[in-house]
Amino acid sequence: MIPELGTFSTILALCLAVILSVVPMVGAYTGNKLWVDYARPLSKGVFFFLSIAMVCLAYAFLTNDFSVVYVANGSNTALPWYFKISAIWGGHEGSLLLWVWIQAVWTLAVAVKSRNLPLDIIGRVLSVMGMITAAFLLFILFTSSPFERFLPGYPMEGADLNPLLQDFGLIVHPPTLYMGYVGLSVAFSFAIAALLSGRLDAAWARWSRPWTNVAWAFLSLGIGLGSWWAYYELGWGGWWFWDPVENASLMPWLVATALIHSLAVTEKRGVFKSWTVLLAISAFCLSLLGTFLVRSGVLTSVHAFATDPERGLFILGMLIFVIGGSLLLYAIRAGSVKSESTFSLSSRESLLLVNNILLTVSCAMVLIGTLYPLVMDALNLGKISVGPPYFNALFVPIMSLMIVFMGIAAVSRWKNTEPSYLVKQLWLPAVLAILAGVISSYAYSGILEFWVTLGLTLAYWIVFSWMRDYWNRARNRDSLWAAVTKQSRSYYGMLLAHLGVAVLVVGVAMVSIFVEHRDARMVAGDQLEFRDYTFIFDGVRKVEGPNYTSDMGRIRVLYKGEPYRIMYPEKRIYTARGMSMTEVALDPGLFRDLYIAMGEELDNGAWAIRLQYKPFVRWLWLGALLMTAGGILSASDKRYRRQNNRAVAAA
Amino acid sequence: MNAQRKQRLTLVLVIVLGASVAVGLTAYALSQNINLFYSPSEIYMGEAPKDTRIRAGGMVVEGSIRRDPTSLRVEFDITDYAHATTVEYTGILPDLFREGQGIVAQGMLAADGRLIASEVLAKHDENYMPPEVAEALARAGKMPPMPEAAKGY
Repeated sequence: MIPELGTFSTILALCLAVILSVVPMVGAYTGNKLWVDYARPLSKGVFFFLSIAMVCLAYAFLTNDFSVVYVANGSNTALPWYFKISAIWGGHEGSLLLWVWIQAVWTLAVAVKSRNLPLDIIGRVLSVMGMITAAFLLFILFTSSPFERFLPGYPMEGADLNPLLQDFGLIVHPPTLYMGYVGLSVAFSFAIAALLSGRLDAAWARWSRPWTNVAWAFLSLGIGLGSWWAYYELGWGGWWFWDPVENASLMPWLVATALIHSLAVTEKRGVFKSWTVLLAISAFCLSLLGTFLVRSGVLTSVHAFATDPERGLFILGMLIFVIGGSLLLYAIRAGSVKSESTFSLSSRESLLLVNNILLTVSCAMVLIGTLYPLVMDALNLGKISVGPPYFNALFVPIMSLMIVFMGIAAVSRWKNTEPSYLVKQLWLPAVLAILAGVISSYAYSGILEFWVTLGLTLAYWIVFSWMRDYWNRARNRDSLWAAVTKQSRSYYGMLLAHLGVAVLVVGVAMVSIFVEHRDARMVAGDQLEFRDYTFIFDGVRKVEGPNYTSDMGRIRVLYKGEPYRIMYPEKRIYTARGMSMTEVALDPGLFRDLYIAMGEELDNGAWAIRLQYKPFVRWLWLGALLMTAGGILSASDKRYRRQNNRAVAAA
Repeated sequence: MNAQRKQRLTLVLVIVLGASVAVGLTAYALSQNINLFYSPSEIYMGEAPKDTRIRAGGMVVEGSIRRDPTSLRVEFDITDYAHATTVEYTGILPDLFREGQGIVAQGMLAADGRLIASEVLAKHDENYMPPEVAEALARAGKMPPMPEAAKGY
């Protein structure tokens, strides 16, 4: 009964979404205010019915309703309740429902939070979002409904959630990532609405900035969480594999990063308008492409569970429709867009243009590396894979170059900045950054490793050049207190996000170069020493979990000969699927992680054991957190609300 | 040609030049870093190159896993049920590595035809078969029937 209610409310949501995508749009064209006014209640209705569908699916999981195919495949009576809830998005069908529910959340947020926007714009924006919702709901209802039943006979016990997913990471990673992915549809809808209305001006950029910032913040957090999860869950201690599915999330992030910078230029200076629109369209198209890559099964990846050509074809069709349609609209309308001001070659505008070019180039390069194997395969030119060396060889230099410009842009001014002014401002931060980079690189390792020195220098460069900018702004204030409190929230948000980049760069450089690992064959009593630590293997004992049995190793760790702590890595066998899983033992720290994973049992009671020392690995995710905080902080700046009011007063 | 057109032409030329350099570098980096996939039959026929990194995949032959008693070195055979290739690997095998499982190994071929693997991949789903392996098996006409549970997906 309850699952049928879920299907029913999904269908109702689809009907409302279809009305939402037609009525306000027509109303906006014909000037029928009543029709446009339907946009907000319809958005609320879509959200309401999709929420009911989500609750129905959650109910089916919590009550172990194995007559539902999706529940039977992804749950089990022994599964703890919080994993039953998160098992909703543990598979293909449910994660699509989550996708479209989050789309409804964003639509609702736009409907509620945009009281100050002109009515015809909000009608068009919500209409475009309704179209996206409707398309995904059609996809769900026709090819992948999570409410489908096993009839007449159904299993008494579920097949269990994939053990890899039975983790805190599953609870937080997919919803956050989807918040980011789907949030880009807001920027997309604003861009399409602006193109349709022909009013592509600074006001448009101001409306879409806070939304884009929040979506970008969630995307950053989602990618960070995914990396952290992969790090401790997959058991080999990597944090970025250049896996196609990771690339699928990185590409929209790169373009969204370009977009938030380009939006800033459009809002402040009225230039780059058509470029900004193109970025907004590309960012969302890339997140659709990501969905296609992950969900169609064309990829070999840890994420590619579902393989059903029909589904892939549907998303591919939608992708072609969205990309083709929006680019066509862009081609028709973008020609009439005029810049509102000019700028010289040496100015903040130019520097942000460089940022945009580098980000889009790096995105194109990731795209080529990700799609190349698919194209080769489709053309029957052989099965290939593109390895991490390709990505590292191109990505690292491009990003290093971008960070150099990031520092220069910090102190630059709009319209025109004399190169001599830049030199005067930046020679000190540059010298300090190089000195500090060399000194700390040498102090840490006793050698000057090139990449580490470069990474640290770049990180210091970001910090020092932005400090210079802060000093410029603060020095004219009367008191220190005024200097600190008078800066806007969006400025502090920007500082935080850029600090996040510096922290991330330190993490990447340190952990990539100075990671140490040993794969050892150990029997009880064996010991192994490296990096001031001694690891003594005490053997293995059996442990029973709720839905698994485990071989738990016990490893005593000594630091410089003194007892430090005892670590318990595990090898678990999940009984429902008979699948084995490595449960890593971690000793996290701000400056280094100790990472122990058990391999398989060898003969004579020996175990394969992997020990790793990972310096500064936490800084990767700390950087992502800082970026997230920065994005949210700047979106919460009160000037977005204030300026919206002013726009209304002027109209 | 007036000054404005000249300026535009320069800009276009610079962009075209920059783009070609970028494409060239990308293509070069790509050509250096792609790994072609070969099935055990193709390796047996001598179609796989000996001096570059390749990927090879197949089912792990039952009873073929031989471990070195003092280190983590392990040898096993992979097969597409027509021919088999021996893979040598030192390190920890993935959780889902086991006999009868489809795996992909990445590494270089030694002179004696063994694959010295630097990486062994087995996917985190017990019913999952790497697409390359599935296709290699299908070509050899040896595709095993899929387990019942896999059809639910």
